[in-house]
Amino acid sequence: MRLLTHNMLSSNIKGVSNGFPLRLEVEKFIEKEVEFNADFLRNMFPKIEWKALVDAAKTLGYADLPEEADPSLLDSDDFLKKYHHALLELHVEEGVLICPETGRKFPVNKGVPNMLLHEDEGFWRL
Amino acid sequence: MKLKQLEGLLGDLDQFSSPNIDLEQYPTGPHIASRLLFMAENTYGDISGKVVADFGCGCGTLGIAAALLGAEYVIGVDIDSNSLEIAAQNAEDLELDINLVWCDIKSLTWRDGIVDTVVMNPPFGTRKKGADLDFLSMGLKVASQAVYSLHKTTTREHVRRTALREFNAKSADVLCELRFDVPQLYKFHKKKEVDVAVDLWRFVPQS
Ligand SMILES: C[S@@+](CC[C@H](N)C(=O)[O-])C[C@H]1O[C@@H](n2cnc3c(N)ncnc32)[C@H](O)[C@@H]1O
Repeated sequence: MRLLTHNMLSSNIKGVSNGFPLRLEVEKFIEKEVEFNADFLRNMFPKIEWKALVDAAKTLGYADLPEEADPSLLDSDDFLKKYHHALLELHVEEGVLICPETGRKFPVNKGVPNMLLHEDEGFWRL
Repeated sequence: MKLKQLEGLLGDLDQFSSPNIDLEQYPTGPHIASRLLFMAENTYGDISGKVVADFGCGCGTLGIAAALLGAEYVIGVDIDSNSLEIAAQNAEDLELDINLVWCDIKSLTWRDGIVDTVVMNPPFGTRKKGADLDFLSMGLKVASQAVYSLHKTTTREHVRRTALREFNAKSADVLCELRFDVPQLYKFHKKKEVDVAVDLWRFVPQS
């Protein structure tokens, strides 16, 4: 699970009013290089919850992102490189995601978060 | 990438080893899958550089096709973990990075705005009535740009009406009609496969 995915997922447990961001505990992670695409990063920037990205990256031992970021930083190559690395090159292989309200744990195994719920605990949007 | 080349690569993917009938697990063939993604990319520009989600990704055919055509970030979702393992292996064999999430489509609570395009070959609802429309409803909630989907031609008017009126789609267009070999689901069926007429749709969500 890469951190863009983490930035999108939220708890789907019934009754939870703010299930974002999921807390992250990591047992194993890897880094894989991804081709740099500045346009993509600029497009994504307004959609990203910055603080959630910064905190998740720190959990993976990467603390180079600024605590706060505004669009003017998108002109800086140095900033883009760090943002690229945090968003796309870090993979949580084993760990857990934790619902911030209920504490329900969602395991991540072999890089795949398991968000499957029992019939009675889920928040069924449909 | 050329269409023929894409079709060839998709033809080499591993598919469901022991399909679960209740989940309507059968793959989109390479012919249809390659054309679906090719049209999405070359006619509409909905794939390359985009975040693409593959709903009910199974062994990953549609998502992998999107990645091969230059999607920046592909997320496959399925309710069945065995299929997800095959999808992960298929992606690895092609040295592609695909993101996978194990979840029921009906309980996705993704943040809005991240996904540009959803591609899917949903269960036609043969086993669970309305399954394809559940997928479509969620697709239109999640996508900000377009949803590509396959539905039985016999349900065309119903799909159109539901998409526009209930799911608030801005547009719903049939791009072409296809023939699809769907495995027979019951033992008493004589033939192993039936040829079903299927529409390829493009839906645009309300912005
Ligand atoms: C017709 S198959 C298509 C597989 C693959 N997308 C392809 O094109 O080859 C439908 C897929 O939807 C999955 N599925 C069925 N119901 C689901 C649900 N409620 N949530 C998520 N996935 C589901 C099945 O496991 C299966 O992989």
